[in-house]
Amino acid sequence: MAKKDSVYRGLVTACGLFIILLTLAIGIFLIIRGTNTFTVYRHHVAEFLFSPIWNPKDDFVGGGQVGAAVFIMGSICVCFLALLISAPFSLAAAVFMSVISPKVSEKIFRPSVEIFVGIPSVVYGWVGATVLVPFLERLFHLPFGYSVLAGGIVLAVMIFPTIASVSADAIAGVPYGYQEAAYGLGSTRWQVIRRVLLPAAKPGILTGIILGLSRAFGEALAVAMVIGKTKAFPSSIFSPASSLTTAIASDMGGATEGGEYSAGLWSMALLLLLISYLFIFLTRRISLKGGRNHERS
Amino acid sequence: MNAHKKALAADRAMTAVFYGVAGFFLLLLAAFTLYVLARGTAEFEPSLFAFNDNGIGNQFFNTVYLVFLSLLISVPIGVAAGVYMAEYARKGRVTEFIRTCIETLSSLPSIVVGLFGSLVLVEMAHFKWNLLAGALAVSILSLPLITTTAEDAMRALPARWKEGSFALGATHRQTITKVLLPACVPRIITGVILAAGRGFGEAAALLYTAGMSTDINWHSWNLASPTCPLNPIRPGETLALHIWASRTEAVAPNAAQIADLSSAVLIVMVLLFSIGARFLARRASRRFGKC
Repeated sequence: MAKKDSVYRGLVTACGLFIILLTLAIGIFLIIRGTNTFTVYRHHVAEFLFSPIWNPKDDFVGGGQVGAAVFIMGSICVCFLALLISAPFSLAAAVFMSVISPKVSEKIFRPSVEIFVGIPSVVYGWVGATVLVPFLERLFHLPFGYSVLAGGIVLAVMIFPTIASVSADAIAGVPYGYQEAAYGLGSTRWQVIRRVLLPAAKPGILTGIILGLSRAFGEALAVAMVIGKTKAFPSSIFSPASSLTTAIASDMGGATEGGEYSAGLWSMALLLLLISYLFIFLTRRISLKGGRNHERS
Repeated sequence: MNAHKKALAADRAMTAVFYGVAGFFLLLLAAFTLYVLARGTAEFEPSLFAFNDNGIGNQFFNTVYLVFLSLLISVPIGVAAGVYMAEYARKGRVTEFIRTCIETLSSLPSIVVGLFGSLVLVEMAHFKWNLLAGALAVSILSLPLITTTAEDAMRALPARWKEGSFALGATHRQTITKVLLPACVPRIITGVILAAGRGFGEAAALLYTAGMSTDINWHSWNLASPTCPLNPIRPGETLALHIWASRTEAVAPNAAQIADLSSAVLIVMVLLFSIGARFLARRASRRFGKC
């Protein structure tokens, strides 16, 4: 009996430790492959981050230029545009879910939001490319509808459920006494929301926004289908661009394994990994701070 | 008095705004789903479902098979890891680190997982793009979800159950396998269904693992043959990848039509799966309400 128990325990523990192993393996392989650009092909990290000239050689000799600034800027523009569009709507939806009509929301709104999460990203991309892009073309009289704006709108729809549901949980988690006290002082509901609930739920809302942003940075195909994939800095939100993920998705297949081109793309993947670590670090810091605030109160 | 009126007016206006936003999203979702379904069915011909190059039958089969394979891998590991986290893990550095790892895995961009998969499972294993590599990549993506679902389900059980089992002289292993895990089954299944739903729609992780072609001979049932439907070591394009391919490569003349239909099929699957997950979750919570 005792022996069987310890075998079982060992097996289960191994599965737990496997998660560590897997995460480390992903990190290590990305670091090995991603740093080839800088070690084997002797490019400077600053060149990769800030140079706008992306012209790597697709062979093992190297000597091209691997500036990824165009893609980095593309990613940043699209993601922050998506956030700008999505955040106000998501917050309003969160308030609706947690304060205005929690009962109706539980039955209708929350399930719908969950369906939004489940819709595959390529379907968003496909509808974006066949409906949104022609619509933007006609609306703004553009030569091409494929643009940063189209990517931003598609991403905004995709990150809306993340921001809305995390923020709604944060608002619902504010101690009920806060609301009662504010109502007792004669506040209207809007005043309670704006001056009490939203400030108190700020750490949770920020966490939701960061999670949304991290989803936006990692999304590849939906953006690739509508952004136009031009390797240049976007001059306005109406111009096509490229992002880190779209470059990897469209160019990795054609690049020679181990060549300079593929090394550059791997470096972008490493950068994406570092960005997602940064977001995790930020959410941790926020939740630590938030925890401390609640202890004080 | 004036300020009071202003406050009331602002309150009413903002309430209207909140209802407006909520209604807008419901309408958006309804319009989106109906539009995709309508386009998929508008030019529908039975031949589009055919199991050959002109239809999406093969892609549909690949999708289901790939998700099935990925669950075969991620469910046992994920549930066991969840059991470990809920029952065996002591509070400490290692447990904290596993939690960080789960968080990292769940926030990894799927294209990065795809690249990792293509490096380790395709290039280093000296294979061509194949279904199994795709299934492994998808199971990396669903592992964190299944682990946290299993852990949360175990932790949500009443402590009495465990105590009762111990009091009857059961060992920890017997308690887990005979009492705690069976009680968690509905919630774990809910998590698995959610993971499966995500797997159906996954594309970025499969670009360089499962490959963008498929060649199935429905009369060849020799597992080693590269055209056998059940052979996991063959390229297997899924529905989601097919939509992407029809956008970027568009070889077939009816590529747009096929992409429309594929989108509609994916949406129907997602709807079915999220309704199924909700239904099961509700049944599970009702059962717990009784005890």
